[in-house]
Amino acid sequence: MTAVPDIEFRGVTKRYGAVTAVSGIDLAVPPSAFVALLGPSGCGKTTCLRMIGGFEQPSEGQVFIRGQDMAGTPPYRRPVNMVFQQYALFPHLDVEDNVAYGLRQARPRLSSREIASRAGEALEMVRLAGYGRRKIHELSGGQQQRVALARALVNKPAVLLLDEPLAALDKKLRIDMQIELQNLQREIGITFVLVTHDQEEALSMSDFVCVMNGGRIVQLGQPSEIYDEPADLFVADFVGKTNLLSGTVAGHMGDLVEVALADGTVIAARKRTALQQGEAVSVSLRPESLSLGAPGSGRFKGIVRNRIFLGSTAEYAIEVQGIGTLLAKADHLIGHGNLFKPGEPVAIGFASGTPLAFPETKNNGTNQRVDKHVEIIS
Amino acid sequence: MLLGPATAWLVVFLVLPFIAIAVFSVGERAPEGGYQAAFTFAQYANLPARATAFWNTMVLAPIGALACLLVAYPVAYYLALRAPQRWRLILLALVVIPFWTSLLMRTYAWMYVLGGRGIPALLAYIGFEDVRLINTPGAVLLGIVYGYLPLMILPIYVSLERLDRRLLEASADLGATPLSTFLSVTLKLSLPGVMTGFSLVMILLLGEYLIPTLLGGGKVFFIGNALVDLFLQSRNWPFGSAIAITLVLVSVVVLIAANRISTRVSGARRVDLI
Repeated sequence: MTAVPDIEFRGVTKRYGAVTAVSGIDLAVPPSAFVALLGPSGCGKTTCLRMIGGFEQPSEGQVFIRGQDMAGTPPYRRPVNMVFQQYALFPHLDVEDNVAYGLRQARPRLSSREIASRAGEALEMVRLAGYGRRKIHELSGGQQQRVALARALVNKPAVLLLDEPLAALDKKLRIDMQIELQNLQREIGITFVLVTHDQEEALSMSDFVCVMNGGRIVQLGQPSEIYDEPADLFVADFVGKTNLLSGTVAGHMGDLVEVALADGTVIAARKRTALQQGEAVSVSLRPESLSLGAPGSGRFKGIVRNRIFLGSTAEYAIEVQGIGTLLAKADHLIGHGNLFKPGEPVAIGFASGTPLAFPETKNNGTNQRVDKHVEIIS
Repeated sequence: MLLGPATAWLVVFLVLPFIAIAVFSVGERAPEGGYQAAFTFAQYANLPARATAFWNTMVLAPIGALACLLVAYPVAYYLALRAPQRWRLILLALVVIPFWTSLLMRTYAWMYVLGGRGIPALLAYIGFEDVRLINTPGAVLLGIVYGYLPLMILPIYVSLERLDRRLLEASADLGATPLSTFLSVTLKLSLPGVMTGFSLVMILLLGEYLIPTLLGGGKVFFIGNALVDLFLQSRNWPFGSAIAITLVLVSVVVLIAANRISTRVSGARRVDLI
């Protein structure tokens, strides 16, 4: 397909004085996609969104919206609309006037009947019909969020930009809104670009996830690709939970490498880049790829330290001699009595998937990661 | 408990004097001047005798406050939204510092600047003869704007400073041009500050007589002149009190009106006055 991308970045760099927020980004967002820009704070994702909206100008490179170079185009002439963090609703206007704000700016002017009917439709779309005359401060967080959505969508933008739209909502509401946003996007069929630091949110809602770190795109792919085939150690660590074990390359076995772990165990792992014999690596093991069994079987022996019972699954922090604490996740079969208790010895094996080995980087020490698990668990 | 001292202060310095003035205003002038107990509305009936002073004041106060506002808003806007962060405090200080000198002194200074040996002399030097600045309405307006500017700038600055910048971005995002954003967001949300500044300056101008006297030549009489005259010269305290009470009532009306306007437009719940 040779459709013009809705959003395209070509060699975009943004500097603030001596600080480079975004460096050399190339990205093409296909039409009608739900894309998440995911990364830790300060990774440049919000800057990218603001460059699409026109609130920041690239220091280098170009941003295209539907094939049009946006250089020098102010925000009010761009065919995109944004749902701002904490919504930025106008406190002096009621719900309907907030939603109609964009329509009132249209030139040539729209008739007041058309404005009223389109604002009404937009409110209906976000299930707020009848709330038109409410004041903004009378609404709950979830309702405010929906007003912000209606206010942006009523203008029929080519692309909807969402800046951490769910961050201010409580967990249950957040999950409802995730579904609602997904439905809206399919219904309207325009491109949504979502900025979030919450990997769960990015994975659950979007068609494509663009993982960013240090002002660069580290990986772009479908959520399952990002999770199953992380491009590097950062993505493996940032997206989802994982165990990172330090080791050295002991040998090669076809496409796989053999990694000798700290306790002497040798495991086979897949690799992303060529690895040298003896090179220090981190091996990523997803908690759900580990299987737990009675002592005597498996690859590692350990003692359960903590158990987090989550209903359908249970997570265990297991101390393994010479390796550290491993996080494992097991399905909970009702009435099966397969839960382990803290203090119980267990054997850990590999249930599914092959571990992934990444070259060790200085900043991503295994111990640090293990400590973080323990911190969350205890 | 903590309110005790404040209440006492208010009672002694505000409520008691106010009651005294109210009582005076229904009294009579003693033959030798001052106050003599009575209960009559004769003083109020006599108010039309000072109608000109009232009229002049009711013209001067709103026009002066408006002139102040027109000069102050751009300054406050620059300070709050455009000035570089590290300059902001310095610039604000520059706005306030002239306040540390007495208004009388500063107004005298203007007398010399605008007088025959000031700017007109300079203008004559470059060829513009016979320019008269002092003792004109323009000079009075200049003096008022100069004297009351900080009182107008500060409340407007505060309301603009509090303005959520993302609202301006949201407005631009929704297609509003900078002018449209200014009119429908910035101006409306800064209205509480505008109204605070406007009513503050206008109420002070209701009692102003110094600037018109010094820079306007004292040819036009204001309520302030009438009050000074009645209390200190002709010692007609009851009539002066009646005028003072009327002035207070006018101020209250101004305040209520300002409050109504800014509540309605900006959605704010009240005007922060002083």
